[in-house]
Amino acid sequence: MASVTLQELSKRFDKVTAVNQINLEIPDKEFVVFVGPSGCGKTTTLRMIAGLEETSDGTILIGERVVNDVPPKDRNIAMVFQNYALYPHMDVYKNMAFGLKLRRTPRPEIDRRVREAARILGIEELLDRKPRQLSGGQRQRVAVGRAIVRQPEVFLFDEPLSNLDAKLRVQMRSELIKLHYQLEATMIYVTHDQVEAMTMGDRIVIMNNGEIQQVGAPMEVYDQPINMFVAGFIGSPAMNFFQGKLTAQNSELFVDLGKFTVKLPKSQVNRFGNHVNQRVVFGIRPESISDREETGEHQQERVPAKVNVVEPLGSEVMVELSAGDHTFVGRLDPTTTARPMHEMAVYFDMGRFHLFDAETGVNLTHQ
Amino acid sequence: MPTGALEQKPRSFGTTTAVRAPGQDSFRKKMSLFFQREQVLGYTLIAPAFVLLGVLVAWPFCMALYFSVTDSWVGQPGAYIGLRNYWNLLHDAIFIQTLQNSFVFTFSAVLLKTVLGMALALLLFRTVRFKKWVRGAVLLPWVIPTALSTLGWWWMFDSLYSVFNWTLIHLGLVQVGPNWLGTPYLAKIAVITVNVWRGLPFFAITMLAGLVSIPQELYEAAKTDGAGAWARFWYITVPMLKPVLAIVILFSTIFTFSDFNIVYVLTRGGPINSTHLFATLANQIGLQSGKIGEGAAVSLFMFPILVLVVYFQLRFVRKE
Amino acid sequence: MKTRTRNFLGQLLTLHIPLVPFILFSLFPFYFMVITSFKADGELYNLKANPFIIQLSPTHPDYSGGPTLEHYQLLLHNTPFLTWLFNSVLVSVLATAISIVIAILAAYSLARLRFRGAPSFGTAVFITYLVPTTLLFLPLAQVVNRLGLADSVWALIVTYPTFLVPFCTWLLLGYFRTIPQEIEECAMVDGCTRFQALIRIVLPVAIPGIVCAVLFAFTISWNEFIYALTFISSTAQKTTTVGVTAELIRGDIFYWGSLMAGAVLGSIPIVLVYVVFMDYYVSGLTQGAIK
Repeated sequence: MASVTLQELSKRFDKVTAVNQINLEIPDKEFVVFVGPSGCGKTTTLRMIAGLEETSDGTILIGERVVNDVPPKDRNIAMVFQNYALYPHMDVYKNMAFGLKLRRTPRPEIDRRVREAARILGIEELLDRKPRQLSGGQRQRVAVGRAIVRQPEVFLFDEPLSNLDAKLRVQMRSELIKLHYQLEATMIYVTHDQVEAMTMGDRIVIMNNGEIQQVGAPMEVYDQPINMFVAGFIGSPAMNFFQGKLTAQNSELFVDLGKFTVKLPKSQVNRFGNHVNQRVVFGIRPESISDREETGEHQQERVPAKVNVVEPLGSEVMVELSAGDHTFVGRLDPTTTARPMHEMAVYFDMGRFHLFDAETGVNLTHQ
Repeated sequence: MPTGALEQKPRSFGTTTAVRAPGQDSFRKKMSLFFQREQVLGYTLIAPAFVLLGVLVAWPFCMALYFSVTDSWVGQPGAYIGLRNYWNLLHDAIFIQTLQNSFVFTFSAVLLKTVLGMALALLLFRTVRFKKWVRGAVLLPWVIPTALSTLGWWWMFDSLYSVFNWTLIHLGLVQVGPNWLGTPYLAKIAVITVNVWRGLPFFAITMLAGLVSIPQELYEAAKTDGAGAWARFWYITVPMLKPVLAIVILFSTIFTFSDFNIVYVLTRGGPINSTHLFATLANQIGLQSGKIGEGAAVSLFMFPILVLVVYFQLRFVRKE
Repeated sequence: MKTRTRNFLGQLLTLHIPLVPFILFSLFPFYFMVITSFKADGELYNLKANPFIIQLSPTHPDYSGGPTLEHYQLLLHNTPFLTWLFNSVLVSVLATAISIVIAILAAYSLARLRFRGAPSFGTAVFITYLVPTTLLFLPLAQVVNRLGLADSVWALIVTYPTFLVPFCTWLLLGYFRTIPQEIEECAMVDGCTRFQALIRIVLPVAIPGIVCAVLFAFTISWNEFIYALTFISSTAQKTTTVGVTAELIRGDIFYWGSLMAGAVLGSIPIVLVYVVFMDYYVSGLTQGAIK
């Protein structure tokens, strides 16, 4: 069993609390991604799981074992570091064989495993080269190979793709996903890149300020963010936020956004009834904004706006718009007629909006 | 009332409840044991160095302090006499002379080494051909044992056979060559010369390293701003080298101030104590005459001065 | 075309020519020592003879037989020079070995391990380097006597680390800090204890720094003078630096030729080491500058 369980896990550095009482259960074979801004505690958590940081409070279990006091080498884990951490004085073969050699694995077994891992990663011709002779992508593969060879219970990845250029990153991403299918192992992956999180994880753990904000499958987190932080962090370009006030008129609900209002669909009236006359934040993703009226399942709100900037990306057009005192981004079809400095009415898809409590940031929409 | 999702910690998403650690208390104990491990290792590894330095530096230092306030002689423990040794020294003409020598010597030598070292470093910086040979030649005086190379200088300054005198006579500049090591003023110059010869490589190579580390773009930006060679030197090179300079001057001051080899071999402190430094005077009084108490006091006089030097240097560096 | 010659002239004036006096200044004493050591006494003590060269032409009035080995012979046969040489090697090698081991442990501990008081320990080690040997030699002589090591090379082997260890620790600390921590962490995840990671991973990667420290330690040991002078009195136990300076003066008679021969021979080992490892010397000083 290679599940990982964190119970009330905390880490304090002097007066700073880096990780604050997090609880999480990661079942065997899951690929879980910790994501969040710099300093949110994700790397510290990973290092505690690895045993490279001592815990201040709480328990870590790997399988059924409590491993708090177990040194890293006995936790049966393998780690891929951001800067690959290849041993510079050893060639690739020895780098990969090192862990096994320490465990007194018989040489034929070492050889078998190293070559098998090299084959999987396509680095067989590199086995007698030194790290300084390898490119970034090749070093990365060797680092992964070193981890595979150990056949650990859990793989830990600390932002392994951050140092690669964009194209290589995309390629390595899919290779790691394939690797997960092949090895069927538990993988814990830390990144600050929400694209990596969305594409690679079975589940995403979003952290901020040392606490878990939300845990869930990628689409779940995307469609039903639990609070404003998650809503704004996941999704690129980010969700648009409009500060306003929830008002009621003739048993209909409106979000007063200053110079204009947005009417909420009748089906939502009961949900938000308790929050009338409170400050709220209206959230809508760029792709839920359209430049043409469509008849569909959901109601559309027409919002007169002015176009500031038009960014054609080929497959779509990003448009920066202003309405009232608010600036927001829309993702439009390439056939759009939007032109800078021109007025254009846009349509909000009211089946896909979010309403957040302005004080707490909690998402009131999906309870 | 919708349950707020922010303040709760998301509970386990798995199906099984995890096995709990056996009680908070023994867990805390285990944690402190583990924590100690890195501490223990840290102390263990640094222990040998500490023991060595404690026994052979700290203890003798305390002993020196002790001796300096007694009237000990070699092999004869003495009685406590308070600060009388220091008092006597301050009224002793030879000691005052030594004090003077030390400051003059250190100041001139370090100044010369700084200026010449800087000049040499700039030249080395631009040297491309035979770079290795040139650097090798420049560093040689620092590598050769000082006591042995000073023997060479001694022969070069010899009252009768000095090669300098021979040259001066043959160039027709003097009739009789000066007695370098027998004339107080000239002896000081001789000692300073040897010290500069020996110490220049250290300055030059270290400052060269500093020069190399200055990004070229700064000079290029200055050129486009209209700065000439001297301006570039004064406004870019010197400020950027300040940390390196500070360290080098610090070390050199300390080692020049406490120098022994050169003076001992060249002049033994003479003539007429004109080249005595603290170290040679302490050696003469403490070991050759046997007055350990007084000798220790002489040595220790160095210490507060050095501490002040270190303090001011470090403050200067910190300010940057 | 014109600019190229102008450049060449410019370089000549501002670079090559100013460099010459510095190089002459550096090398002349050594040249002079070597020349003197091969000069026969007749020519050596001839006030009129040209001191810069050995007279080779037999018809010259100052000719005295050309270069001679008599000073070297006197040195090697009439003095225990080879013993001194051996002592120097012994002391330097052992003191260096002891110091390097202690320094590696201390430097690693300061560079990597978090323990209470680590910065203070580091500062303390650094400060001892600033306490000059010329301050400690008097009381240390007493300590050495008390330890029963007086008048023996072992006094030096034991006391030299006091100034070698702080220096080497400082040097190695700088090197260790440039080695990324992740390599050791990876090794610990792979299966090493902290100590194993030090031996198998950190040390091999730090070899250039260690070589540097070894070279500097050896050089400083070889050159050391005041402790060797103070702690050792019997001729057979002396090191090269003290032996040559003290023993080649009998009463008022200076055997200059042999003195120079001794100085030259005493320097040769270090010069050889230096020539072979010159890059390491330069990089060591460089590292020190860019702390």
